[in-house]
Amino acid sequence: MPAATHTPTVYEGGFSDPVGSSQAVFRALMDAMARPGSVQDLPVVTAPPAPLTASASALLATLADADTPVWLDPTLMKTTEVKDWIVFHTGAEITPHQSEAAFALVASPGGLAALNGFSLGTQEFPDRSTTLILQVSSLTDGAALTLEGPGIKGQASLAPDPMPPHFEAQWQANRAAFPRGVDLVFAGPDCVAAMPRSTRLVREGA
Amino acid sequence: MNALTQDTSSQNLASYNFAYLDEQTKRMIRRAILKGIAIPGYQVPFASREMPMPYGWGTGGVQVTAAIIGRDDVLKVIDQGADDTTNAVSIRAFFAKTAGVVTTTATPDATIIQTRHRIPETPLTEGQVLVYQVPIPEPLRFLEPRETETRKMHALEEYGLMHVKLYEDIARNGHIATTYAYPVKVEGRYVMDPSPTPKFDNPKMHRSETLQLFGAGREKRIYAIPPHTEVVSLDFEDHPFEIQHFDQPCAMCGAEQVYLDEVVLDDKGGRMFVCSDTHYCESRRADGHCGALLGDEPGLGAEANTRKEAM
Repeated sequence: MPAATHTPTVYEGGFSDPVGSSQAVFRALMDAMARPGSVQDLPVVTAPPAPLTASASALLATLADADTPVWLDPTLMKTTEVKDWIVFHTGAEITPHQSEAAFALVASPGGLAALNGFSLGTQEFPDRSTTLILQVSSLTDGAALTLEGPGIKGQASLAPDPMPPHFEAQWQANRAAFPRGVDLVFAGPDCVAAMPRSTRLVREGA
Repeated sequence: MNALTQDTSSQNLASYNFAYLDEQTKRMIRRAILKGIAIPGYQVPFASREMPMPYGWGTGGVQVTAAIIGRDDVLKVIDQGADDTTNAVSIRAFFAKTAGVVTTTATPDATIIQTRHRIPETPLTEGQVLVYQVPIPEPLRFLEPRETETRKMHALEEYGLMHVKLYEDIARNGHIATTYAYPVKVEGRYVMDPSPTPKFDNPKMHRSETLQLFGAGREKRIYAIPPHTEVVSLDFEDHPFEIQHFDQPCAMCGAEQVYLDEVVLDDKGGRMFVCSDTHYCESRRADGHCGALLGDEPGLGAEANTRKEAM
């Protein structure tokens, strides 16, 4: 029986202290969002089935519930355990449509060809947009991005890896739609960083 | 002391979650806070809950604080700058009871400062969060009562009406007569109501080190200003924005360049001006600063201090 085989991975590995853990994870994320480019430590409080990582699953378990449809990228959709783990621990519905998602979980950012298929919100309600959680292996070893904007004193630097292809062009299109747009959360190993839609990319040497 | 708090809370509040709100409500508020930070100055609608205090007593700020506060946080609450007014005391007690957190009146010791209508005089730092209680979050509301219209005005960045209002001030009074809830433009995009803080505090919002969160409970809106964000008070080239100036220093601690409250002393027109920020005033007096009415003689000063402690 398939249900019996994945029972342990699906039903276990959630928050053992839902109140304290979600607060600690949220504060790290709030600081990351308020100070784009800064890397915040994330406690290890969840143990999800692979390829979902501990940090990405902790962020999702903190934010998602029955009110927020979640979109999974093809890498995550391949694994039934991941889907079941998210549904069991958050109660969120898995949606096949990017434009309906409140959160999008991306295990392979390299396969994310476009940001504009997600919900960007409307001019009247720019908050009705998708927040993307990208699983990255590092926040410091990739190609460096120079950031400017609210929350940043002067300039900040962030180097997540891997990243979506043509990220600079994709992000400039996202920034041009302001106040509409998606917000990015980078879930690295035991750490988190963010790029809200208000952040501008500075071209190197410009 | 701690055991006592635990006992009382388990007797009376056994069925309540940490920091009063249930986890689903906190998630909903947390999502709104993140959107607010991502779109500085934009008012995010949220499903405001009924709180065990009436509207107007800071239900919005309390909900924001409840969603972000953790067991290790140190909370300070001020009401018009004062730590010892009813609103501030009861909200501090509320979180001491429902979250078991440490509370303080010292600005530098706090990690979360919930405020009603003032920004502390002591400069805030990176490790702190300032939470505002907001009565009417919509800066255009008194100019345009329809929510559908004000929403469209924000969407189209149509803020001409606000400038007309400030111009009418000049036409009637010769200067911009708005002294509190003075409208600001955040990061060149959204016009925002800084809540009814005196305009004296507006410059402190500009490129602040601290994350500023705003909660309006009755109006069901949350908005935010991230640190290091442009916050510009609206004005005209020939009538630039100016803050209030006071002719005399604080009568208790002698501080200048701070916001002062007027206190009537008798029915013969006697009055004094004292710091509105009580912690700032007290810490200055503890450092030996002395205002005109505190008396220059050491004896008088000591007497005044004892009286304060007795209260």
